Amino acid sequence: MKFTFSWLKEHLETKAGLDQVVETLTRIGLEVEGIENPAETLAPFRIAKVLTAERHPQADKLQVLSVDAGADYPGGPVQVVCGAPNARAGLVGVFGAPGAYVPGSGITLKVAAIRGVESRGMMCSVRELELGDEHDGIIELAADAPVGAAFAEWAGLDDPMIDVSVTPNRQDCMGVRGIARDLAAAGLGTLKPLGEVYRMASLDPVEGSDPAPAVRTDDPEGCPAFYAQAVSGVANGASPAWMQKKLKAIGQKPISVLVDITNFVSIDLGRPLHVYDRAKLSGPLVARRAEPGEQVLALNGKTYTLDETMTVIADDAAVHDIGGIMGGEHSGVSETTTDVLIECAYFTPEHIARTGQKLGLTSDARQRFERGVDPAFLDQGIAIATWLVTEHCGGTPSAVTRAGQPPLERKVVSYDPALCLRLGGLDVPADEQRAILERLGFEVSAEWAVTVPTWRRDVDGPADLVEEVVRIAGIDKVPSTPLPRADGVARPTATPEQLVERRVRRTAAARGLNEAITWTFISEREAEALGGGAWTLANPISEDMKVMRPSLLAGLLGSAQRNMDRGAKAVRLFELGRRYLSDAERPTVGFVLAGDKTPRDWQAGKAQPFGAFDGKAQALALLEAAGAPVENLQVMGDASAAYHPGQSATLRLGPKAVLAEFGALHPSLVKAFGLEGAVVAGEIFLDAIPARRASGRIRPAYTPPALQPVTRDFAFLVPDALAAADLVRAVRGADKGLIASARLFDVFTGAGVPDGHKSLAVEVMLQPAERTLTDDDLAALSAKVVAAAGKLGATLRG
Amino acid sequence: MTDIAQLQAEALGAIGAAASLDTVEAERVRLLGKQGQVTALLKTLGGMTPEQRQSEGPRINGLREAVSAAIAARKAALEGAALEARLAAERVDLSLPAPDTPRGSVHPVSQVMDELAEIFADMGFAVATGPEIEDDWHNFTALNIPETHPARAMHDTFYFPDPGSESAAGSKLLRTHTSPVQIRTMQSQQPPIRIIAPGRVYRSDSDATHTPMFHQIEGLVIDRGIHLGHLKWTLETFLKAFFERDDIVLRLRPSYFPFTEPSAEVDVGFTWTNGRRILGGSEGWMELLGSGMVHPRVIRACGLDPDEYSGFAFGVGVDRLAMLKYGMDDLRAFFDGDLRWLRHYGFAALDVPTLSGGVGA
Repeated sequence: MKFTFSWLKEHLETKAGLDQVVETLTRIGLEVEGIENPAETLAPFRIAKVLTAERHPQADKLQVLSVDAGADYPGGPVQVVCGAPNARAGLVGVFGAPGAYVPGSGITLKVAAIRGVESRGMMCSVRELELGDEHDGIIELAADAPVGAAFAEWAGLDDPMIDVSVTPNRQDCMGVRGIARDLAAAGLGTLKPLGEVYRMASLDPVEGSDPAPAVRTDDPEGCPAFYAQAVSGVANGASPAWMQKKLKAIGQKPISVLVDITNFVSIDLGRPLHVYDRAKLSGPLVARRAEPGEQVLALNGKTYTLDETMTVIADDAAVHDIGGIMGGEHSGVSETTTDVLIECAYFTPEHIARTGQKLGLTSDARQRFERGVDPAFLDQGIAIATWLVTEHCGGTPSAVTRAGQPPLERKVVSYDPALCLRLGGLDVPADEQRAILERLGFEVSAEWAVTVPTWRRDVDGPADLVEEVVRIAGIDKVPSTPLPRADGVARPTATPEQLVERRVRRTAAARGLNEAITWTFISEREAEALGGGAWTLANPISEDMKVMRPSLLAGLLGSAQRNMDRGAKAVRLFELGRRYLSDAERPTVGFVLAGDKTPRDWQAGKAQPFGAFDGKAQALALLEAAGAPVENLQVMGDASAAYHPGQSATLRLGPKAVLAEFGALHPSLVKAFGLEGAVVAGEIFLDAIPARRASGRIRPAYTPPALQPVTRDFAFLVPDALAAADLVRAVRGADKGLIASARLFDVFTGAGVPDGHKSLAVEVMLQPAERTLTDDDLAALSAKVVAAAGKLGATLRG
Repeated sequence: MTDIAQLQAEALGAIGAAASLDTVEAERVRLLGKQGQVTALLKTLGGMTPEQRQSEGPRINGLREAVSAAIAARKAALEGAALEARLAAERVDLSLPAPDTPRGSVHPVSQVMDELAEIFADMGFAVATGPEIEDDWHNFTALNIPETHPARAMHDTFYFPDPGSESAAGSKLLRTHTSPVQIRTMQSQQPPIRIIAPGRVYRSDSDATHTPMFHQIEGLVIDRGIHLGHLKWTLETFLKAFFERDDIVLRLRPSYFPFTEPSAEVDVGFTWTNGRRILGGSEGWMELLGSGMVHPRVIRACGLDPDEYSGFAFGVGVDRLAMLKYGMDDLRAFFDGDLRWLRHYGFAALDVPTLSGGVGA
């Protein structure tokens, strides 16, 4: 919402300066987003008189001027080379000295020789000073303009433009008057009576003798009230200078006086209007629901297709207005318009919002109707509009049609002034609260029944009144008040899930992985490659960010590929985040290892790639950090299709609970993500890990065995297909009392090992409990181990 | 008996001249072995008379001891020399590089979330979470943002296709803020409530300071007698602790959020230092977070009585907090996974924020 300081002061009687106004606006919740003063931009430009104008000796179209830039200008009259056709002796114009920045052309003036003649400044055109589009010649001011004076000040351009961000609740501040009212309430002056501002004796409509225009509303829900007045015999030319100046100052282009009047009232009072050319209408003007598929060419030059939920203003022939949002091109006023119909309607905010959202159409009118305009201001709106039209375009007003009924019920809030301290934390005396509310237009009864003004539909409860009082009294005055603190030191607050995430994250980082955070939405192609996504956005920002990821690998592989493209030799990335499945969002850790595991090295030789066992090591370490019982996990098959079928596995607790999968990635997936070579990855499914039972802090008693452990090695021939882990588990289970651990230390195929078999060597650690083991004990143990292994088809190697 | 003296001189000379351990061993065998010369002399003691033995015994034993000592000394000298030679040969160039251990890192967003959890734990706030795929009711309606509310236009929402039969309230979207966690918390817990809810949020927006996915942290306090002053204190205390500066100055500005009343935007003061805006002081203000007293309608929607309970809520961008504290200037880099960036702005695994050790690293 833009306006100028002088515009504001037409409604606000105040002695406050700009700084105070700006500071107050922000303080009371009308955040100032910007201030621009054309006078500051144009400060270097002064009024100057051309003393003489001679032909340039080297160029026909140039003149050499001697310019009087004021008695105080150093060095007396200035020599200026000028190409403007209207430059002549006696002309009073605008002079820019060397060093001045010319906003319209973006250059900084300097002393220069033009075709051999020195020029020490410039006489400026309208466009060069960004005051308009004209560029036919230099500015010509009145002959009595004070030579040497600052131009901008003299021209009345010293009027800062203020840009305020109005929050969606403040319908009233979508007009300059509402902002003035708020400032007055904040003690910055007094709000001038509206009649005085518009120089009107009465704000009631002046009803002429011509019959009232035929308008009605057939859609009391979307358009409860439709007021209209016709004016005949108008002349539509340029709007008056004061109106043009205001509109230009806030960046609006003056069009014609009739159009400018509606724009001006919309900004000045937050009251949108519409003016129709009666010659282009046939039959009564009716607010009604659109027919499905009905079309209208709007003033922005676009055609909109409407549906039955939208309110339009139409006559017998066509739709002329998307009610409350934008007028139609066809019935708009033009220079030849003589008879007009002025519409001042009330549209239901929710309808406007829905229609605007559906059509994707915003406008100044929509912004105002959507927030809600003052339903009690229809008569004044008509009166002011007609007054401005007759004042500036002449003509004779008709009688007024008042179709329908705006929603005028007043809300009454029962308020307890003590709530201000209880909720707002600010102790404002009741009298002062009453005064603040009354300055804002609330009516406050002796019993604190507070009647809400018709322009504040956002206020409907006591908390809203606290906000009004606090923001005007000063939110900065609210004293900081410590929250009560529980006895003792702070209690731990992290949940078990958070503790797991923290441990896993820092374990991964400690193991050399870099944590990334990647987009949780991926492309359909990526999602398909990873098993397909369950959630596809209806309105993605791009095709690359469309499907909620079913796996963390997509983002990590994308990052890995970008890193490799940037020349990284090794990528170790992990991410802790959610997978989005059809039934739930599942906390997951993903990791990707790509490139060289070890670089070529003077000791180790060639660079080594990552292998599936690197994935296994990471997966197990992260699972352990997450509190999973890693010693009980089983390595099983059936990792997802993302992986190399022969070099991947799942880690399970029992046959069903899959806690993780890992392995070398499938070469086709690697290729799909633009990577090369072996890429190893894994995912840990954190929510599949059983919660650890809470136990006290006391550890079990420390009981180291009294006797030395003994190790024995066994080498078995087993069929190729046997999983090594199965053999180790069988060996360890052969004598649970004696065998403390079993560890596989060698796998061998080749000489001495029959085809289809492999040799597995297992180191078994025996922990005697009561007495040293005898040869007989050892022989018995060996027999048990061999028997247990034999059940899996293993034979002891000789 | 010059022969003994002669033998000793000759033996010691030979031992001393031995150039290798093998030669020393050969000398030992020649002198002290079973057939050795000294051994032979020792054997003669048995055939002597006691008088002869008394005079010859010490001489012969003296010879043996001298020879033994000489052999041991020569052996030690040769062994020492051999070790020295070996060590000299084993010298390595330790300026060669040692094997590299990859260095991992923690993402700044995670680090900052841990810092926030640490600070708020001290103020009695627990951490709560909620789904990112939310329903319309929790994200908007329960927060006093009906369908036609202009505030919905402020949230560029990502939607999932409407299953059709369900009502609008059931339609799914990506949460545009962490505020739905307020609703879920109030529905599932009884006051007093003090929570923070960090998490990912989504808006259809993309430039240097906006990404379609980013992180927020929500704060919520519900209790009897909570007012705006408590909100102010909480934010001041939190920001001073987070930025590790006592000169953090806040400016509350009345504003509007549908789910709070009164509402306030919070600006934090900064000073210009070497052309950078550094938080602290009040040379200028930057908008940092939105806050307010929980709207009575929201409290009621969650089944609590707004006449009995009041509370405050605030929301702040975690990525933005990280940027302000650690100096990143492009939000998009947060989500690219560029190792150079992760190493530059990331944190070591053991940089765990604690109150005693400090919440910055």
